[in-house]
Amino acid sequence: MSAHLPILQVVVPLLAAPFCLFLKRGRMAWGLAVFASWAALAIALALLGQVTQEGVLSYAIGDWVPPIGIEYRVDIVNAWVLVIVSGIGAVVAPYSMASIEREVEAGRIPLFYAAYLLCLSGLLGITITGDMFNVFVFLEISSLSAYALIALGQARRALTSAFRYLIMGSVGATFIVIGIGLLYVMTGSLNMADLAQLLPEVWDSRTVKVAYGFLAVGFCLKLALFPLHLWLPNAYTYAPSAVTAFMASTATKVAVYMLLRFFLTVFGAPFSFDVMALDRVLLPLALVAIASMSLVAIFQVNVKRLLAYSSVAQIGYMILGLSFATVTGLTATLLHLFNHALMKGALFMAMGCVMYRIGSVHINAVAGLGRRMPWTMAAFVAGGLSLVGVPLTVGFVSKWYLILGALERGWWWAAILVLLTSLLALVYIWRVVEVAYFRDFPGDEATREAPWTLLGPTWALVALNLYFGIDAGRTVGIARQAAEVLMAGIGP
Amino acid sequence: MRGEVVVRVGAKVLAPFIITFGLCVHFHGDYSPGGGFQAGVILAAAIALLALVYGLEAVQKVVTPRFVRACAALGVIIFAGVGVVTMVLGHNYLGYDALAEGHAGQHYGILGVELGVLVTVFGVMVTVFYLFAGRRGRTQ
Repeated sequence: MSAHLPILQVVVPLLAAPFCLFLKRGRMAWGLAVFASWAALAIALALLGQVTQEGVLSYAIGDWVPPIGIEYRVDIVNAWVLVIVSGIGAVVAPYSMASIEREVEAGRIPLFYAAYLLCLSGLLGITITGDMFNVFVFLEISSLSAYALIALGQARRALTSAFRYLIMGSVGATFIVIGIGLLYVMTGSLNMADLAQLLPEVWDSRTVKVAYGFLAVGFCLKLALFPLHLWLPNAYTYAPSAVTAFMASTATKVAVYMLLRFFLTVFGAPFSFDVMALDRVLLPLALVAIASMSLVAIFQVNVKRLLAYSSVAQIGYMILGLSFATVTGLTATLLHLFNHALMKGALFMAMGCVMYRIGSVHINAVAGLGRRMPWTMAAFVAGGLSLVGVPLTVGFVSKWYLILGALERGWWWAAILVLLTSLLALVYIWRVVEVAYFRDFPGDEATREAPWTLLGPTWALVALNLYFGIDAGRTVGIARQAAEVLMAGIGP
Repeated sequence: MRGEVVVRVGAKVLAPFIITFGLCVHFHGDYSPGGGFQAGVILAAAIALLALVYGLEAVQKVVTPRFVRACAALGVIIFAGVGVVTMVLGHNYLGYDALAEGHAGQHYGILGVELGVLVTVFGVMVTVFYLFAGRRGRTQ
């Protein structure tokens, strides 16, 4: 059975999705979604364990030997991302019951869970596959279901923001498939490991460089790197709370993984950094993303929108780590994939609790909630501290390695920028905290704390924020190992 | 178009042939151009033709919206299910050789998977058609 784990990782949620449509009651579909999400997490953890002990796992679909057939290939890098994605899925799935019943009309709830499971299996599929075209197929599965999930939001603007995401996302996916097509023309192979062998012979060809460009634009659209982030703030703001928490912690992370996998494994780190100057292209974009989006976040009046802009800035940190072109920098990137998922998941889920009780996430809606909903706001504060990078939280660990990477390159100005923008994060988090704790509650006396079905998952993420902030040894170890795999062929 | 005898009779005569042609495209999909996707679209076209001629309500009595929606989900289950069956029989996922001795297993496997595609494509195509055809304009 354990030999089949790579395919089961994708098939379990994929097979659970259509069954959700046959279940009449929303609660039953929810139960199935929780089961599938937890099974996916268990499989991902088992895969991570296998990979750390036995090395790379390969699974030949349909018994066709790679590189002819589709290969699922698990190494430490994607085992790590699988744990992130399925872990967030396993926390959001139980959370979604109460939140979705409040925000989505009853008849559509089974459809919601079907789309959620498809999105989950798409993201897991992108991560686990070793076949380029398979990446595109799963990318479409996850994107199309994501558009549907966002469109389920209450506000009518959810429809326009989903449509906007659809246009931008389709442009991105098309660029990616053009890039894949060009590579196929040049090498006649779609298998990533095979391509890594074949591509060095044709490095000089213009077709390969054009393919690189198409892929770069496509990935940056998908991971919302400034200035290609325009779809993100509206999509995150108007989606149902559970969807925002899920998407913000997984979709962009998987896009970052795709970028790393294609540019560092398939093309190879030497080609990316020495020939294509990927680091020098991404560095200015990352710096502008961090500084400008943190500033923009300060002036938002909708808390979900504020967090969405903060997400674009945080993606900047991940790309900054990559653009150091060192193992330490990449370790920071891979750490922040995990840590940002934990902190943004907790923050968006806390806002979901506010949405559940108050019905709005405008900044005035949280007024006085520090006393009305103490657990919710405490979770927000804890997530916020992690976002700022206070010691004993995961945010501190990411920033530490980011600054370490900057100093290693001698780029002290980058280290200062990371510190300064952390202060900007403090400003926008403090705005919410100030309103929540130092203003009187204007609303109904009967307003109570959010139910434990919402608080439980939220606090589970907060607890992980603190746990991995204190005991960072394991996460740092895996991230460094993964960074070394990706940076193979280039000095430390 | 309900008054046009030629159109009504023509549609009635054509529909079974279109459906048969769709199945023909499906069952030759493993050897020749065709397969589940094309077959599903052709089957959906038969439903669309009948709906255009006899009206949406009449067709929806026979092919209900609930049924086509179930089809959309069922196809995915068939597709993924074939893979699970081969896995239970001791091969890798979608390893069709598990289904029969030698060459025949590949045929069965492909036809089974394509049947899943057919059912889903048929269901989704008809659902999309129903949704657009069922929209009422503002003037009505």
